[in-house]
Amino acid sequence: MDDLLAARSQMAMSLAFHIIFAAIGIAMPFLMIIAEWKWLRTKDEIYLTLAQRWAKGTAILFAVGAVSGTVLSFELGLLWPTFMGFAGSIFGMPFSLEGFAFFTEAIFLGIYLYGWKRVPPRAHLFAGVMVALSGVLSGIFVVIANAWMNAPTGFRLVNGTPVDVDPIGAMLNPAAFGQTLHMSLAAYAATAFLVAGIHAFMLRRDPYNRFHKAAITIALVVGGVSAILQPLSGDYLAKSVAKTQPVKLAAFEGQFKTEQGAPLRIGGIPDESAGVTRHAIEIPYALSILAYGDPNAVVKGLNDFPADERPPVAIVHISFQIMVACGVAMMAVAVWAAWRYLRKRRKQTWLDSKWFLRALIAAAPLGFIAIETGWTVTEVGRQPWIIYGVMRTSEAVTPMPGLVVPFITFTVLYIFLAVITVFLLLRQVAASPRMPEPPAKEARLAA
Amino acid sequence: MPLEVIIVGVMVASLVLYALLGGADYGGGVWDLFAFGRRAREQRTLIAKAIGPVWEANHVWLILVIVLLFTAFPPAFAAIATALHIPITLLLIGIVLRGTAFTFRTYDFQRDDVQRRWSLVFSIASIITPVLLGTILGAVASGTIRVEDGAVTSGFLRSWLAPFPIAVGLFALTLFAFLAAVYLTVEAPKRELQEDFRARALVSGVAVGLLALTVFVLAKSGAPTVRAGISRSWWALGLHVLTGMFATAAFYSLWTRRYKLARVCAAAQVTLILLGWAFAQFPHLIEPDVTIASAAAPQITLELLLIALAAGAIVLFPSYYYLIRVFKAE
Ligand code: HDD
Ligand code: HEM
Ligand code: HEM
Repeated sequence: MDDLLAARSQMAMSLAFHIIFAAIGIAMPFLMIIAEWKWLRTKDEIYLTLAQRWAKGTAILFAVGAVSGTVLSFELGLLWPTFMGFAGSIFGMPFSLEGFAFFTEAIFLGIYLYGWKRVPPRAHLFAGVMVALSGVLSGIFVVIANAWMNAPTGFRLVNGTPVDVDPIGAMLNPAAFGQTLHMSLAAYAATAFLVAGIHAFMLRRDPYNRFHKAAITIALVVGGVSAILQPLSGDYLAKSVAKTQPVKLAAFEGQFKTEQGAPLRIGGIPDESAGVTRHAIEIPYALSILAYGDPNAVVKGLNDFPADERPPVAIVHISFQIMVACGVAMMAVAVWAAWRYLRKRRKQTWLDSKWFLRALIAAAPLGFIAIETGWTVTEVGRQPWIIYGVMRTSEAVTPMPGLVVPFITFTVLYIFLAVITVFLLLRQVAASPRMPEPPAKEARLAA
Repeated sequence: MPLEVIIVGVMVASLVLYALLGGADYGGGVWDLFAFGRRAREQRTLIAKAIGPVWEANHVWLILVIVLLFTAFPPAFAAIATALHIPITLLLIGIVLRGTAFTFRTYDFQRDDVQRRWSLVFSIASIITPVLLGTILGAVASGTIRVEDGAVTSGFLRSWLAPFPIAVGLFALTLFAFLAAVYLTVEAPKRELQEDFRARALVSGVAVGLLALTVFVLAKSGAPTVRAGISRSWWALGLHVLTGMFATAAFYSLWTRRYKLARVCAAAQVTLILLGWAFAQFPHLIEPDVTIASAAAPQITLELLLIALAAGAIVLFPSYYYLIRVFKAE
């Protein structure tokens, strides 16, 4: 493995690992404060138990998120010093703001997790709100930094050095709004579906447990709304990619030839040497419409970009297809859930369907699969650039030799952490509290 | 004062706070390893209680330093990350293991063997990480990282694998252990525990003194310019005297069991040590090739950064104060 490949693999592995905890760190506090708020309003102990259970699981994940994020902050320099030397003063601003978001998050998290008995209930809920807010803010700031790598603005290039630096202009880059919206929704959708799926699994084994029903309901409100909005935000994002990074769009779609009225390809395997995408279902004109809002718009194909400016097409295209498939499936489940919920007059029974619970269980991992593949689309689709059109990844890498060693070390370390984390969480889930339904008649009608 | 110097001031302040707060969390890990005697279990519980709610927040000071470094002084960050790739990587492994082992221990089975295993990982990581942190700072001060046209020319080993930086690393370790022991005397709920940590504070205080001396001696060949700064300039003498006074006062108040006073003195002592290092290295970010002025980002970046810092501080300090008050006010 050469050093550049090792560096890229290490970066990708560290980010792919961190994003799981980051997404959970963004969304879980939101679910927790909803549960806690319902407890304050209804005084129903079940919601307090739920908030505390969720908090316990989240504490473990937060610790792993914090340390893996620390690793990333240093890794930007360890692996890509030239990039950071060039870009730090331009896109460092969102990272600095993120620093404060982390502070707020970590401070109020301490109060939230350890302060159940020490601060009054309202102050406790307030701490939760602060954690939830600063969580989503830290995500937004770091994704703004990433959006700048995709659509760099806020400086001029003179003889290879940036001048007229404008950090605000860099933060307001054209990719920022779409990416931050899409990522924030992704975090809520993915986490809430995971939570709903886990509780659905438990509910199948323990069908009268009100605890799991309450959990699923909260999770599906958050996850459902996000999952329905997500394809819309994705469409918006795709249009912005079409404008700022046309070669990436062509790679999403496996579009090799420049074409007027280009079709949307579903599935298919791009063959880069032959320059065609085979076995795809083609929907005529759809790509031109989706990307430019005009059935006769011209979509520039990969063949019309210089060979050394094209990303690896197959990975990008296939990852994109997987993300979109997950998104469509999640939206379908969300619509089904909304339909079931609105149709039932007695809300207690809205989860009493074997098939619906099975669907929730099946959908549990989809959001995280979409997050991982979505980032693969974004990052691999930007190759060979680390800053699109400005600096190549190969120019940015550290001169340090032997980068395979840290790559393998961190991989092993993270696998170890993942195994322990999953083990500890499974233990928590397995010990679900006994909270039977009140002995009303409808309870016996279940399933 | 030029903006970049103000930002360096903020970075030094963050580093001081990291040492005072985060450093003590590492020191706690050291005393976890050296928990022995009849009260070993109580000592561990006290340490865990002291660290639990605050370590993640305390840890962010380090992240703030890094973020400020790469935003305000990008070439310096690039050079440090290149020349010190190896110790920084090891530092990261230490940080990861410390934080996760601590959390896993809290949430894993409470059986003794399981707890002991996590304690071991936690405490060994708590020992190694400060040593690496000190080694990294020592290397930056040593003058052996050479940079030409933005590229590091001094290789990946020489600057940190040397007696001086490693001595600084050990010095940092003893300093953190000392701080933790002093803080724990205040936080201990009963007298016997206070006595345990008083003894530890006194022992580690002596170690701090010995290592300070070692570092100073090694600096003669290991970090000549910084040493010249420490021993010759007009402010140096005053700083030495003050540091010495606080060190003595910390010792005296420990001896006479005035723990709260000891805490203040120990914190002041650590602050002055870091300030002394910062002044000695001024105006260099990396001795001898990278100065604050030469590495500074464009003016506009620095201005915005300062505005962000001011705005952030308004949220940060009251929240932090609240956190500390909720958990440390007995
Ligand atoms: C729950 C997760 C999730 C779901 C269901 C979707 N996505 Fe997504 N997508 C992401 C999670 C994600 C992501 C991981 O969060 C990315 C990576 C970078 C980013 O900002 O968001 C992303 C990137 C991303 C990009 C690339 C942006 C770029 O390279 O700058 C596009 C065009 C889309 N998405 C489009 C869609 C469409 C049309 C979807 C329709 C169903 C969709 N996404 C569902
Ligand atoms: C290069 C990329 C990234 C860097 C350098 C980075 C850096 C960090 C750091 C230093 C922390 C620890 C803060 C603490 O101690 O509390 C952290 C945690 C976090 N990061 Fe990242 N991060 C990156 C990518 C992301 C992405 C893509 C997201 C989400 C969209 C994200 C969201 C978060 C969140 C919400 C936390 C809080 C801790 C948690 O929830 O577990 N980060 N990150
Ligand atoms: C957390 C979600 C993210 C994931 C899963 C992710 C994934 C990846 C992947 C797969 C690569 C390798 C691409 C390749 O070399 O072919 C990569 C590279 C990289 N990413 Fe990301 N990324 C994420 C977010 C970010 C963010 C928020 C930033 C910065 C602000 C960032 C900065 C980088 C850098 C600097 C590289 C290396 C250079 C390059 O390959 O362009 N990433 N990431």
